[in-house]
Amino acid sequence: MKRTKGHPFEKWANWIVLLLVAVILFALVKLAYYTPVAAKKAPVSLALHYIPYYAWRSIIRMFLAYVLSIVFSLIYGYAAARSKVAEKIMLPILDVLQSVPILSFLPVIVLSLTAFIPVGVAVEIASVLLIFTSQAWNLTFSWYQSMTTIPKELREASKIFTLNSWLQFKKLELPFGFVSLIWNSIMSWAGGWFFLIAAEIFTVGQKQFQLVGLGSYLQEAASQGNLVALFTGVGVLIVIIILLDQFIWRPLLAWAQKFNLEMVSSNDNEATSWFYPVLRQSSFILKFEKNILTPVVGVLDKFFNKMASGKKVQPIVEEDTKLNLKTYIVIGSVFLLFLLFGAQRMVAYLSHISLHNYLRILESAGATLLRVFVSLAISLLWTIPVGVLIGSNKRAATVLQPLVQIAASVPATALFPILVFYLLSIPFGLNIAAIVLMVLGTQWYLLFNVIAGVVTIPQDLRYTASLMRLKKWNYWKTLILPALFPFIITGAITASGGAWNASVIAEYVSFHGKNYSTVGLGSLIAESTGNGDYAMLLASTLTMIIIVTLINRFGWRKLYAIAKEKYKME
Amino acid sequence: MEIAEKPKILEVSDISQVYLTRQYRYTALKHINLTLNEGDFVALLGPSGCGKSTLLRIITGLQRPTMGQVIYKGEQLKGINENATIVFQTFALFPWLTVQENVELALEARSLPKNMRTQRALDLLDRVGLGGFESAYPRELSGGMRQKVGFARAMAVEPELLCLDEPFSALDVLSAESLRGDLLELWMEGKIPCKAILMVTHNIEEAVTLADRIVVMEKDPGRVAKEIKLDLKHPRDPKSPAFQRYMDEIYEALAGKTKARIVEAGGAPGEAGGGNIRIIPHVSVNTIATFLEYASTHAADIYKIADEVGIDAEETINLTEASEILGFATVDKGDITITPVGKEFVDADILERKEIFAKVVVELPIFKWMLSLLRKSAKKRLHKEIILGALELEFPEHQANILTQTLINWGRYAELVAYDDNNEMIYLESHTVTP
Repeated sequence: MKRTKGHPFEKWANWIVLLLVAVILFALVKLAYYTPVAAKKAPVSLALHYIPYYAWRSIIRMFLAYVLSIVFSLIYGYAAARSKVAEKIMLPILDVLQSVPILSFLPVIVLSLTAFIPVGVAVEIASVLLIFTSQAWNLTFSWYQSMTTIPKELREASKIFTLNSWLQFKKLELPFGFVSLIWNSIMSWAGGWFFLIAAEIFTVGQKQFQLVGLGSYLQEAASQGNLVALFTGVGVLIVIIILLDQFIWRPLLAWAQKFNLEMVSSNDNEATSWFYPVLRQSSFILKFEKNILTPVVGVLDKFFNKMASGKKVQPIVEEDTKLNLKTYIVIGSVFLLFLLFGAQRMVAYLSHISLHNYLRILESAGATLLRVFVSLAISLLWTIPVGVLIGSNKRAATVLQPLVQIAASVPATALFPILVFYLLSIPFGLNIAAIVLMVLGTQWYLLFNVIAGVVTIPQDLRYTASLMRLKKWNYWKTLILPALFPFIITGAITASGGAWNASVIAEYVSFHGKNYSTVGLGSLIAESTGNGDYAMLLASTLTMIIIVTLINRFGWRKLYAIAKEKYKME
Repeated sequence: MEIAEKPKILEVSDISQVYLTRQYRYTALKHINLTLNEGDFVALLGPSGCGKSTLLRIITGLQRPTMGQVIYKGEQLKGINENATIVFQTFALFPWLTVQENVELALEARSLPKNMRTQRALDLLDRVGLGGFESAYPRELSGGMRQKVGFARAMAVEPELLCLDEPFSALDVLSAESLRGDLLELWMEGKIPCKAILMVTHNIEEAVTLADRIVVMEKDPGRVAKEIKLDLKHPRDPKSPAFQRYMDEIYEALAGKTKARIVEAGGAPGEAGGGNIRIIPHVSVNTIATFLEYASTHAADIYKIADEVGIDAEETINLTEASEILGFATVDKGDITITPVGKEFVDADILERKEIFAKVVVELPIFKWMLSLLRKSAKKRLHKEIILGALELEFPEHQANILTQTLINWGRYAELVAYDDNNEMIYLESHTVTP
């Protein structure tokens, strides 16, 4: 998911982008003063028969956010892949966006629009936007990556046969990126469920907003200590996730098989779905396809085709003319001026924070960093042996694989209220709960990557190792661990990003009407949001962005480069 | 002349393609001129890196040249040439579309109504012998059949100019042979609508079998070395003397004539009058030895060696060039002659070969340069990046990379240097510390 490309331009482009993001955040923080006076808090009833309705509301919200994510990803990824200049700015932005939960600011803008739209609708839109921020980025990356890895000959073929842009999209780009889009959609939905609670109960300034939905139901149940409601809610959530998997994603994956680029047909790793054949043979579906789907798609197809065919086909290699260069320089300088102005204002704003508070930020950052590392270590400790077992032992795989898949699909945040309920009374309880939540949220990335890594170890290397009668530890040291290294790194990059994201939720909890917190950057962000201390909010969020970016740049990227270079099985 | 009677279809006029980066200026194509008349079957022949595929892309409008222009039927080409089409080396079929859909797609782009698309696609598939496979996906077909789809798709748009980009080189020998026959038959009998064919290839025999005119290209920079008009009737017999003469002529044009020692060996980076560094071909020393062994005992004709040993023209030319640079052999009129040193090298055993090779290779300026850099360094070792960086001032990145790799490999064989891939360090072997 993460890219590594060492273009010299990227080195400073990244820092400019970082500054840009900071300035935008600053602007948003200023906007936050305009949030509506009246907080909107929809009452949530814990009666069990309300659950289906609440679940429905949540699903609709998730779906809208997902549609938004797809549209955004297609456009953003397409633009980044098409223009070299745009790429340099757009990709680093995406990198920052997906590493840090900064867009928890986003609802602020929407809520400041309440002068024009009713508060209820504005809150609803804000919630959808929040879910969007947990769904969009990986989709965008995946689409961008597909766009840039389309084989050159296929691109050339579509040019020489003068396919217009719509035909290119329909026949080349979409099919090529489709499988990856589906896989990432599954991940996006998981991400969305993870942040559902945070998206249905959120704070802007000192005002808390609450919407009816499964997420707020869970939070309310935990808050009131109603265990029956809590467990039922979690159960319903799991059922929804399994149903979506079986009836939507699996069939889609099975259908998408035909977009596999490989020229050799293979039976390995084929996505299987029991529901897909049923769907294919159902006369209702066939009728639907024939009478509704096909005509509608046909009309759309004609429309887009007409729109696209007006344009002349251009050669692939376009050279920048002098005029373009001038335009770039003008736009670039205006942009830089704006940036410097914003930066100056921001620094002035941040200078109001006392030294004491800055020390607090540093201390909190250290605490969260420690938690992230501890949770990564714990995850590694159990996922490597279990992953190797599943990956190399067929019998273990048949038993464990489905269990793991179901377990992984449960959003850790849904379990968090339960955790808090039990752990809050013991010493360091919230601290432990926070780490557990981070582990719950991150371990699966590692586990799946380890399994994927084990599968790639060639059988003849295993044979050789056993012929040489390598002792247990030697066997792991010379074969298993080096072979897994690149996969562990890939998993850990995603996992640590997830852990940072989770810290905002994990370190600061409202429970039984009281607020509990432990030292950490996440809790600092949540707390300053709650207190309406915008300067502090901005400072701590920026700190998190900088730390995560630095770790990515100087830690993970380096390790990833080593992994790719030395330990690749080829 | 009869050529003058045929209408001119395409004219490439003084085309150059230059890639500029901060460090160097790399000329991929230099002052190319080329004319295509109606009825022509022209082959662009040359080693890889000579820019023949780039030229094809410029001619079809996929790429814009840095200088010069393409005149198509009297008009300057801007954008894609809609009267031209390409059959690709790797087929470039859409894997998720059936054979028929692949052919129809080309027609859909030209806004043909659905029923006409289907009819024409089926007709073309029948003509190339793929009737019955309409609903198959490309992955179900063999390489030869896939390329037939490629041909059917190209012909579907009824192009005036059919461009073939090494269309047979990804196929096995038999499929390639039969497909060549099919193409020739369709072309000779006028069953395909195109007015001219332009084929890019690095296979000399293929060019002589099919084309009426062969444009031989050379690399560094890519340029036209020779144009040969073939006066052979179809079907052509590769064993016939006339055929063999053309083969020889082309080999001669490609392999050149061994020049003075100083020119063959080339210069070193940073030397006065730089830019005359020879690119050492990327071949292993063991292969050179085997090649020379064969040449000294069996045949002197480069073309015959290639044919008998079963290596392609490109590899043969590379091996010949390496032998010339090392002074193991000289080339004249397509014939290779082993020098006394070369003879000694061939007759030696493994360890002696290393010694002889070391003696010869240290005389190459580029090797002298690398060794003196190593000797000057404090710890008698250098990071690979230093060599690479110096070479990147003269060559594009990938070529500098390959050249560095060859330097290291040859140096290792000669036991002059050692190399550790973990820290990418080149070490001077202890016995070579003093010159």
